[in-house]
Amino acid sequence: MVDLMNKTNNKETVNIKTPSPSMGPSIQAADKNSVFNTKNFNLWYGDHHALKDINLDIKENDVTAIIGPSGCGKSTYIKALNRMVELVPIVKTNGEINYRGRNILDASYEVEELRTRVGMVFQKPNPFPKSIYDNIAYGPRIHGIKNKKILDEIVEKSLRGAAIWDEVKDRLNQNAYGLSGGQQQRICIARCLAIEPDVILMDEPTSALDPISTLKVEELVQELKDNYSIIIVTHNMQQAARISDKTAFFLNGEVVEFDHTDKIFSTPKDQRTEDYISGRFG
Amino acid sequence: MAARERFDHEIEAIQADLLKLSNLSIQALETSFAAFIEKDFEKAKEVIEQDAVINSLEEQINDRVILVMTRQQPVAKDLRRLVVLLKAAADLERVGDYAVNIAKESIRIGKERFITSIELLEDMCYKAIEMLRQIVEAFLEENMSKAKEIAEYDDQIDEMYGNIITHLMRLSSVAPESIAQITSLSFICRYIERCADYATNIAEYLLYLKKGQRYDLNQ
Repeated sequence: MVDLMNKTNNKETVNIKTPSPSMGPSIQAADKNSVFNTKNFNLWYGDHHALKDINLDIKENDVTAIIGPSGCGKSTYIKALNRMVELVPIVKTNGEINYRGRNILDASYEVEELRTRVGMVFQKPNPFPKSIYDNIAYGPRIHGIKNKKILDEIVEKSLRGAAIWDEVKDRLNQNAYGLSGGQQQRICIARCLAIEPDVILMDEPTSALDPISTLKVEELVQELKDNYSIIIVTHNMQQAARISDKTAFFLNGEVVEFDHTDKIFSTPKDQRTEDYISGRFG
Repeated sequence: MAARERFDHEIEAIQADLLKLSNLSIQALETSFAAFIEKDFEKAKEVIEQDAVINSLEEQINDRVILVMTRQQPVAKDLRRLVVLLKAAADLERVGDYAVNIAKESIRIGKERFITSIELLEDMCYKAIEMLRQIVEAFLEENMSKAKEIAEYDDQIDEMYGNIITHLMRLSSVAPESIAQITSLSFICRYIERCADYATNIAEYLLYLKKGQRYDLNQ
């Protein structure tokens, strides 16, 4: 007599499966170019050793999130990437920050050139007290563009790029201060796009915005990553999980873990990362 | 109360509900099997009626898990912990359903005497119940080695299942007039074997919770 009932096993499985990625954008190809390659970078504010032996290889067209508790050095790090941190007189640095293969800390590196290539958006929207048009045209004018037709094109392209053209196209001559916080932040992003940067640094760009404006900025980040490399400092864990490809966790001036965002938010390697993202400190 | 403390309290409350659910489901399985052996239809009906309690407890666990996910937005192990609680609750609810199925089969068999010894079936059922009990315990204690060890008993249950079914098939050719009872006995045997599989699933969830990787202990 034959056993007609098969052993119950409703799984078609191998013994061990690695977890399938479930969150965030897709993992990028391994052979992307480096945009910022930081090697053994240290920074001091006077005697305070604020960044310790930072090694991070940030790839182009990635959204890289920098997370960590207040005072961990994340804002200092992104301000080092466009050398804004040098505006603090007591700052000392050593090590390397290579932008597209050149060390930006070299005395010969022209900081103006760097800041043309590396734009920045701040926590609080900071439009100039000028018309919407003049806010966007400001950078190109400084770079010598005077032709009205070309400026018009840049303004429209930048505002479209920042997903705010439809909201402001009929009031380009009005003062940017009259816009809502979320709109002002997108004007600042448009202003940044107008100089056609390679990299956009964002320092908590949505922390002063309501959820709808936050969502618009997050969607914008996703659209912009096709053409720009974006490095974003955020205190919002869900935001980092939603929009970034890679995440670096900073703690006490060190990089504890840098990995694909899917990995960081599902199975981080370091217990300190797990504790931080789970809200156990910070 | 700090946010993390509230999260931990909510997890503890869900774990307490899961323990309650597991006790009810295992008790339903024990009662339905006793009803089957003793031909006690009142007991069998009791199991069928009590299933609504098990179902609503599973729904309660689902609601609580969804609420914690919404309010606390957990990640990493915290998120896995909630997901595995949800899955374990679903499996324990299914154990309750199998208890109902066994109760229904025993009513179907009625008062007629068993055409074969059911000693091996009894043995299999008690093993499955013990497996469930210990694995749920290991799951809540998050004791991986215990869970893995207990899950290995599933092989014995599968072997018993194979032997019983072979025996029943053989019997069907020599006692074709009892085919209805043989079918019912085969179903009961199958339900018990499935319950042991669910126990193994719960052990797998624990491994997933701890390691973040999927394991198959049910091969």
